[in-house]
Amino acid sequence: MANNRPAFSNLMKEIKAGKFVFTGELEPTKMVDISDIIHSAEAMKEYVVAANVTDGPQGMAYINSLIPSYLVQEKVGLEAVYQMTVRDRNRIALFGDILAAACVGIKNVLTLTGDHSALGDHPGAKAVFDLDSTQFVYQLRKMIDENTDIYGNEIETGKVEINIGCAANPNAKPREAEVLKVGRKVDVGVDFIQTQTAFDIEDAKDFIKELSQYNCPILLGLFPLKNYGIASYFDKYIPGVSVPKELLSALKSAKKNIKEKKERNAKIDDINLEFFVPFIREIKKTTAARGIHVMAVHYERLFEPLLKEFR
Amino acid sequence: MIITKLKEIDEIYKMIEKYSKILIIGCDGCCQPPRSVNEAKVLGEMLELKSKMNGKNLTWKAITVLRQCDDRIVGPTIKPYLGEYDALVSLACGLGPSMLNRIFDDILTFPAQNSMFGGAESHGDNLYEQYCNTCGECLLGETGGICPVASCAKGLHNGPCGGQVDGYCEVGGYKYPCAWIQIYEKLKKFNRLDLFNKFRPPKDYQFMTSPSRLELIQVYTNVEDEEEGEK
Repeated sequence: MANNRPAFSNLMKEIKAGKFVFTGELEPTKMVDISDIIHSAEAMKEYVVAANVTDGPQGMAYINSLIPSYLVQEKVGLEAVYQMTVRDRNRIALFGDILAAACVGIKNVLTLTGDHSALGDHPGAKAVFDLDSTQFVYQLRKMIDENTDIYGNEIETGKVEINIGCAANPNAKPREAEVLKVGRKVDVGVDFIQTQTAFDIEDAKDFIKELSQYNCPILLGLFPLKNYGIASYFDKYIPGVSVPKELLSALKSAKKNIKEKKERNAKIDDINLEFFVPFIREIKKTTAARGIHVMAVHYERLFEPLLKEFR
Repeated sequence: MIITKLKEIDEIYKMIEKYSKILIIGCDGCCQPPRSVNEAKVLGEMLELKSKMNGKNLTWKAITVLRQCDDRIVGPTIKPYLGEYDALVSLACGLGPSMLNRIFDDILTFPAQNSMFGGAESHGDNLYEQYCNTCGECLLGETGGICPVASCAKGLHNGPCGGQVDGYCEVGGYKYPCAWIQIYEKLKKFNRLDLFNKFRPPKDYQFMTSPSRLELIQVYTNVEDEEEGEK
């Protein structure tokens, strides 16, 4: 670790203990009944040390992620990485939500800017961005290290014991601007980095190498592809990300040629395992990455075969 | 300059349909695209036509003012016409109808325009572009002259965010450049990435809280300095 700050979360404790860690991802949407999220959390619990709980991705209006984060911890016993964007809340609301999160035992917060609300389903909403994600890290450090808000007013009772994460994008160009920006965040005080999804191994290795100058634990993001539809959507519509052609064509051929669902799923799993197991092996063996963030949303059946050799 | 867009004619007509004599006032100040006496005439003709279609007679006159946002200029220019009309229509930015309603409180002034932003005219790009958000804490000295408050869709002080792809912004479908990549490139060119790397703490938005006021003091004279010098 780059610093002597305490590890409050299991995620941070395992990283500090030198383990190669895995985190999962849960995506609560427009829902009141979150039993789907609970089931997904149960299914991945054995394989990951913590699961990220997303906060209105793509600028969508979804359930506040604090409550699912809390319930995943309470009901499933799986640690949450509470994702917080600065898109919808000013510094007062961020402060209040961090107090609430600390109050119910949240130990990890992933600080994000958030996709602009203009991209989501409430395009006319007033986007907030009172703080940016780096300033949010600054606010959190004040709360954790000095037990105060940004302006030095003391938190009256209890302590905020949270480890702070930030995102980094291995696909960003120009690369140097992204790396320097992450370095700025590490200087301000993040404890760990989780990256966006990578498909190009050489690129990912270079990115990790460049980020490792900051001596902050990195979890590389991977996105197993549950079906051809998701893969082609990702390839076409997620900016800056391209899915390797051989993966796309293998998934397409599975979709086209295998009618029986169980058989088709088995083939899709094989395609993913063939691509991602050597990928993880290589990252673990040859880079400074301290783990993998597995964004297998609604694809929990892959955790066992994907991660068994790394546990 | 204040970049404006003419409202839909139906919307303007709805505002004035209860009146039969209107004075349409252009502005020769910084309002862009130009909204002077010619534009005021065109608007008058359109409103007259619209009125006729609705079986009504509209009498109108078009004039223009040097600047609608200065009470010393707009007051004396408009005052002689006031008795003849039962409503005013302003073709300025939002400052025009605000000022006219404030100084002439016996007659209502209606806006014919939407004010978009304080911008600059880039003929090369055929664009009006927002360069400054009048935020009260100018950062241009550490961002290579590119304002992240005005030019970054999220107003970030420590960008870029994860939404830029190859230097283009996620807002607007990757058509417009990411301000933070522009800042990075400019500072790199001048070997000043130290400024890029700097952490900028949370902004004081009290300077942007409406309504903003700045007391008018006599700063446009050096009389006192000269007197001091003579002594």
